[in-house]
Amino acid sequence: MSTLAATTGPVAQSRSTDYVENVVRWFVIATIFWGVVGFIAGTFIAFQLAYPELNFGPAWLNFGRLRPVHTSAVIFAFGGNALIATSLYVVQRTCRQRLFGGQYLALFIFVGYQLFIVLAASGYLLGITQSKEYAEPEWYVDIWLTIVWVAYLVAFAGTLMTRRESHIYVANWFYLAFIVTVAMLHIVNNLAMPVSFGGPKSYPLFAGVQDAMTQWWYGHNAVGFFLTAGFLGIMYYFVPKQAERPIYSYRLSIVHFWALIFLYIWAGPHHLHYTALPDWAQVLGMTFSIMLWMPSWGGMINGLMTLSGAWDKLRTDPVLRFLVVSVAFYGMSTFEGPMMSIRQVNALSHYTDWTVGHVHSGALGWVAFVSFGAMYYLVPKLWRRQGLYSLRLVEWHFWIATLGIVLYITSMWVSGIMQGLMWRAYDSLGFLQFSFIETVEAMHPFYVIRALGGVLFLIGALIMVYNLWRTARGDVATEKVDAGAPAAVPAE
Amino acid sequence: MAGKPEKDPVTGVETTGHEWDGIKELNTPLPSWWVYTFYATIAFSVVWFILFPAIPYGPGATTGLTGSTARESVEASIAEAQSARAAINQQIVDANLDDIQSDPDLLNYALTGGRIVFADNCAPCHGVGGSGQLNYPILADDAWLWGGTLDAIQQTVVYGVRNQEYELDARFSLMPNYGSDGLLTGEEIAAVTNYVLTLSDAEPEDPALVESGGVIFAEQCSACHGEDGKGMSDLGAPNLTDAIWLYGGSYEEIERQLWQPRHGVMPGWIDRLDPAAIKMVSLYVHSLGGGQ
Repeated sequence: MSTLAATTGPVAQSRSTDYVENVVRWFVIATIFWGVVGFIAGTFIAFQLAYPELNFGPAWLNFGRLRPVHTSAVIFAFGGNALIATSLYVVQRTCRQRLFGGQYLALFIFVGYQLFIVLAASGYLLGITQSKEYAEPEWYVDIWLTIVWVAYLVAFAGTLMTRRESHIYVANWFYLAFIVTVAMLHIVNNLAMPVSFGGPKSYPLFAGVQDAMTQWWYGHNAVGFFLTAGFLGIMYYFVPKQAERPIYSYRLSIVHFWALIFLYIWAGPHHLHYTALPDWAQVLGMTFSIMLWMPSWGGMINGLMTLSGAWDKLRTDPVLRFLVVSVAFYGMSTFEGPMMSIRQVNALSHYTDWTVGHVHSGALGWVAFVSFGAMYYLVPKLWRRQGLYSLRLVEWHFWIATLGIVLYITSMWVSGIMQGLMWRAYDSLGFLQFSFIETVEAMHPFYVIRALGGVLFLIGALIMVYNLWRTARGDVATEKVDAGAPAAVPAE
Repeated sequence: MAGKPEKDPVTGVETTGHEWDGIKELNTPLPSWWVYTFYATIAFSVVWFILFPAIPYGPGATTGLTGSTARESVEASIAEAQSARAAINQQIVDANLDDIQSDPDLLNYALTGGRIVFADNCAPCHGVGGSGQLNYPILADDAWLWGGTLDAIQQTVVYGVRNQEYELDARFSLMPNYGSDGLLTGEEIAAVTNYVLTLSDAEPEDPALVESGGVIFAEQCSACHGEDGKGMSDLGAPNLTDAIWLYGGSYEEIERQLWQPRHGVMPGWIDRLDPAAIKMVSLYVHSLGGGQ
């Protein structure tokens, strides 16, 4: 039913494989839909923090219930659908093999995963939560996700095992590491005993500091394997495709892959500095985070240096610019992370907005940008169009979203460091100089700036929705300018 | 697929010969700065393992050459801060409130400390600086529900108001439910409401009812609020003539308070704050503007 995506490879064109593509299209639509939902939720709760009056509506509209809706919507709904969409697309092409289990298994994964999202989000709004960050859904949702995830693993690994290429492409190593590790994290952190089979409430298997350690072993590796390894899989396919250049270093990809996989899994305790967690575990969490710096940067080097010989395309190709800037943000966050894991730095940064800014430089700059780049690449391919509806709108999306990110992370740096310094300020008599409420008042202007950053990011995403919708319809904007000099691009 | 390595014309580096969907890989060696920085982070970590607790075994873990733990260092910091303040804290505990007020050094210390105690514990209800809000008394004026002398303020801080925790010692009073318990009719309550409005020179809604309201007030309300409506702090009965309203001063709000009064609750702080902090915060509240 389908032809191959346009490639330059002689082999790829030599035979036609019946790839499963319609379900991938639905995953792309779901990615974009949930992305917008997550950005709207995030922008709204950012305004709730700046203007607390917005909390006093119905119970399901307060910050406590909407915050996990935002985090789960962007991580698991937007990010998760982007990962599944791209991985199913990439694994078929780089294995030259139709998806294992075919159409129906893919369809089950699609419907099952969307059901998981709806079950989780409806629970949050109703106040059903097990109060574990990024693992809020209760047992009935966890069991359902486990079933869907196993189906996903079967489809992905089955395709790898029946591949028609002799080697497995590096993007697939990362995708496989993401799928397998997330399965392990999900199951262990959600071990719990339901109070009854008729009700949503359960109690976790672990208690006290063991529970905290299990939670942050999970929580940090949700970042490590969901938001890093999985998205590196995206990077390793879409950057060389869009740049039309070979990957910079095969050796680096091997070494940084195994180093990343081995080291990441130990870094979780840095979320529990200065707590009841024993010192030795804190020290291990910190040192493994520091050792993680270079393995993380291996991915950045391979992403950026793949552009050797193609740097000029950054001027003309806004899709490539999304991909490359995402790698730059990835590099920045993976330097900031190890630095913040150092206990003495953490003493200042922990529990402040600095952490929130750090997460968002990764989430907005890396995860969302690389996903936007992949979506701009995929939609014309999947809908069989010559190209995007409008490159100029991609330019607008890029600059508006970038400005939004800059507002977001700089305001959170200032606010977070100020907050940390205010908390630890003593006067000459030995009394705290500021009360908590005074630190909250001081953060107000930065909360407003952050919320405006969110508005810009959301506007950019809506421009993308319009552009991709027109692309899917087959429209082409009449802007046939030379793409080298669009009005909105400042000099680089 | 596996093929023959070829030379990349741009970089001059050979490919691995693999190709997937048109993507090839160069066989570029690892950047040496990358390798050496990676080694350096590993070396740093090994040094850290030697200096600090790091390797678990059986029931415990290695202590490291420094033998330092986060728990001990925070205990040491707390002990240091406490010993630096021990002498002056003891002076605060030993002195009575009036003596502190007349000693500039002690008073300066107490007001500085009292401000932060207040801001961290009392401000959520009473507002930063005691500015108050609807349902929570302003502490920066000279209207006192339970008395504004140093001792009266301290008494309120120590045991609170109408809480169950210090039931016998907390400040306590209840105004009857004149409306909901049927003690007064709706018309009578309307009359009293009009009269109460005139006590603080506000415009009554129905001037014709003021006089009869005054009669009812004298019978029902003056026992606590005083014949002149100026209140009685021993009973926690507010002054009704000062135009300061805890639960709002509109006709409807006063009428509602007569019908079924609300009664504020404040926790006692004797088991939450240390004796010096209680004294300091009492002095601070007294200093806010209206201490008697």
